[in-house]
Amino acid sequence: MLTLEHLTKIYKVGTFGGTDLPAVKDVSFNVDAGQVVSLIGESGSGKTTIGRMILRLTPATRGTITFDGQDVLKLPRRGYYRLVQGVFQDPFSSYNPIFKADHVFAMIRGVYFRGMPDSEWNARLEAALEAVGLDPGQVLHKYPHQLSGGQLQRLLIARALLLDIRLLIADEIISMLDASTRIDVLNLLGDLKARGLGILFITHDLSLGYYSSQRTVILLRGAIVEMGATEKVYGNPVHPYTKMLIASVPLLHKKWRQVAQELAATGTPAADQCTYHSMHPVDHGAGASAVARPALAEVEEDHFVGCIRPYVKGSC
Amino acid sequence: MSAPGEAPIAAPGTIGEGSAPVGMHAPEVVPGVAPVRQRREILYFALRDKRILFGAAVVLFFVILSIVGPVLDPTDPQAFDGPTGAPPSADFWFGTTTFGEDVFAQFVNGLQATFLVGLLGGGLAAFVGIAIGFVAGYRGGMVDEVLNMITNIVLVIPTLVVLVVIAAFLSARGVVVEAAFIGLTSWPWAARAIRAQTFSLRSREFVDLANLSGLSSWKIIFREIAPNMGSYLFMTFILLFGGAVLIAATLDFIGLGPTEGISLGLMMNNAVLWSALQLGMWWWFIPPGLGITAIVGALYVMNVGLDEIFNPKLREM
Amino acid sequence: MSLQVTDLRVYYRTLAGDVRALDGVTFKIADGEIMGLAGESGCGKSTLGKSLTHFDSRMRYVAGEVLLDDVPLPIMDSEAMDEFRFWSVSIIPQYAMSAMNPTRKIGKMIVDLLESRGEDGAAMRPEIERRLELVGLQRDVLDRYPIELSGGMKQRMVMVIATLLNPSLLIADEITSALDVSTQKAVAETLIEFRDRELVRTMIVITHDMSILSQIADTITVMYAGKLAEKAATDVIIGAPKHPYTRLLISSLPEVGIRFADKRLTGIPGNPPGLLDPPVGCRFQARCPLADEQCRQEPPFVEVERDHHVACWKVS
Repeated sequence: MLTLEHLTKIYKVGTFGGTDLPAVKDVSFNVDAGQVVSLIGESGSGKTTIGRMILRLTPATRGTITFDGQDVLKLPRRGYYRLVQGVFQDPFSSYNPIFKADHVFAMIRGVYFRGMPDSEWNARLEAALEAVGLDPGQVLHKYPHQLSGGQLQRLLIARALLLDIRLLIADEIISMLDASTRIDVLNLLGDLKARGLGILFITHDLSLGYYSSQRTVILLRGAIVEMGATEKVYGNPVHPYTKMLIASVPLLHKKWRQVAQELAATGTPAADQCTYHSMHPVDHGAGASAVARPALAEVEEDHFVGCIRPYVKGSC
Repeated sequence: MSAPGEAPIAAPGTIGEGSAPVGMHAPEVVPGVAPVRQRREILYFALRDKRILFGAAVVLFFVILSIVGPVLDPTDPQAFDGPTGAPPSADFWFGTTTFGEDVFAQFVNGLQATFLVGLLGGGLAAFVGIAIGFVAGYRGGMVDEVLNMITNIVLVIPTLVVLVVIAAFLSARGVVVEAAFIGLTSWPWAARAIRAQTFSLRSREFVDLANLSGLSSWKIIFREIAPNMGSYLFMTFILLFGGAVLIAATLDFIGLGPTEGISLGLMMNNAVLWSALQLGMWWWFIPPGLGITAIVGALYVMNVGLDEIFNPKLREM
Repeated sequence: MSLQVTDLRVYYRTLAGDVRALDGVTFKIADGEIMGLAGESGCGKSTLGKSLTHFDSRMRYVAGEVLLDDVPLPIMDSEAMDEFRFWSVSIIPQYAMSAMNPTRKIGKMIVDLLESRGEDGAAMRPEIERRLELVGLQRDVLDRYPIELSGGMKQRMVMVIATLLNPSLLIADEITSALDVSTQKAVAETLIEFRDRELVRTMIVITHDMSILSQIADTITVMYAGKLAEKAATDVIIGAPKHPYTRLLISSLPEVGIRFADKRLTGIPGNPPGLLDPPVGCRFQARCPLADEQCRQEPPFVEVERDHHVACWKVS
């Protein structure tokens, strides 16, 4: 459904934009209907930038984004936003504080549903609210600060559903919510996926990614280091960065020491064992002789890994 | 970032889900009553705020005085008819000047001129400053750089020198010309302030959401960003209004003001020129001084109240 | 050193009345213990932490006694607390890393801080450098400005500053929240390091993240709506909690190993009660599956097993 090919974003910073700051480097993956793909990365990994580029909030420097085969930039903006929508991290920043929370619905009604009679609109609205588990009486006609973070995030999902979207970009949508409400929103995403919605779940939290997604993409400083089916990436991590991430996640029932031991057993691939290296045994060089980023190497079916050199200095 | 957010108000000690501040009950929607619409709510709260009522009353008083005054006292403010230097009396409510001019007539006519300069000059400066501020803040990038350059250039132009040159070319100047000049030279700081506010609001996610709802840039500026800055914009206008009044007084003082007519600033300056203070003619400079202070002060007081109106979050505290 | 808190009540003054943020809290911490303080937003854990050093002038101390090593701590009196702050009790407040003066070099700031406490800043330099090494920071950090450091580095810097004078009690409020998962682990492990090297005797680690506590805390105290719900050893809280709230909370946390498709977790419906006018009796009644008439009376916080305290009628 959604395909990213060689997506790149380079910011120009410094005086008169003289210096290049690459935020996203040659990223390619897809999201299919009825599938949750989690995009995992720490701060500075470029994951939010990717989400924004898909939503056309930030222009890409290179590469293409296609939806059902069509270049997304060639589609009319308003039409595109009936296919793809986004929900962001901070529920309180997503609402204009001087308007009531319903304003977000009024905004789309004015653009997309002009001329729809009130009764029909209200019926649609109530249906969307019920689909996200909210009681219309409790959430309508209130200001954002009178509602909880969980309610606000669900309202935004309801808004997206009103537009009959097919792809939802969820950027850290639960990191600012309390533990007891997080799981409700996550379960909601699971239900929506079961109804055919495609979801790009952007997060830094591996446990959430594991819980919700079928496929995982791991980003490091703008480039993909590992990606594939979630069980395979978590169950058999190959890239040292992925292993480090998994080792750092605090678990409830296992101490760090134990996790580290289990992972240490698998070891970091040496040059001649590195799956990537065996496919691309070229010294990447630097400067003019640098080889452009080659494709990811296949570890097993639906499990790919990138070069470990940017992460482990001095290898190969 | 994985920091769970805190509630938007300074809710003490809460982290995690940004729920309603600790202890705050969401006010109940009264059953059976249709929810009050935005504007009516604003009006409702506005009419109950003492600061707004007080400020508006003072300003209104002076506006009415400026309209009704010349009717009550149709004397030509610059006619040398009365007794010279006379203190307030039944005939001359504010006394007379050294030359026998009716101070009250000067005062009420001066009020008119003052309001006109403030309105036109302040209004023009506000219009230009706000427009440039919005565009620079929202678009950023090259547009912002260019507009910034223009702002800085206008900021450093020596306005007095330019005015002297203009005065040399325009022998007869009215209040409108003065207002236009003030308007075109005092907007830079307003543009800067508006730009900074727009910048900070622009990066808020609700602007992204408006974008995702298919709204165009201008619509977003006017419907989402500007109302958020409502009191800020009004405050900007008030400051420019007050500034225009004060600048006009200064210009009047050095003879670069309108070549005819009377204003509060001109009254004060005449009073100083003719040693009213030393001669004890308090009725000459106190009314215009108090007038300017009262009007500008009342506007500031109103603005404090308005901030609460425009920001529903502050209302409940 | 041991900490004994008896019936601590701290309210916040607001225009609408007193918000009863901390409403009668009693507990003990043993020498050398790392106690985790967990709960969701509005439960009062941050208030508890801040009240022990009289950190926030908006607080109104209604009642309560605190004994530090059998010496009464004058928490109600901010000036009297001056003698204890930094030497006996030290707090790392939330967002401390953003609170460093951006216009001063870090070394200069530390010297100023020490001198305000009557210590010789220059003489302490070698000790400061030793501590920096301990947490994995370079000495030249002292000559840098805060903006030059990453989030993790700043957090560790703040930890060094707070523990310079070897306080008996360290209160750490959400120090891992804003960090990447790899840095979280480093910071959490640093806390243990401090305790093991006896730079700090006892710690209260405040966080909403139970999994971090399960890694580093000896005991965990769970708070709800201004009151203590349960306190026990970490393994017991995580593995065999007794209070309904704790049980629901633990079971709502996604972990690597749990997938939505296999086992759907559930959250806790509803929201915590407002503390301006708290409900009579057990504060969790409205959301508790076990609540009944008995819960209209407030349950006492009693020891149901050795070193395991619970405030619930259904348990005791």
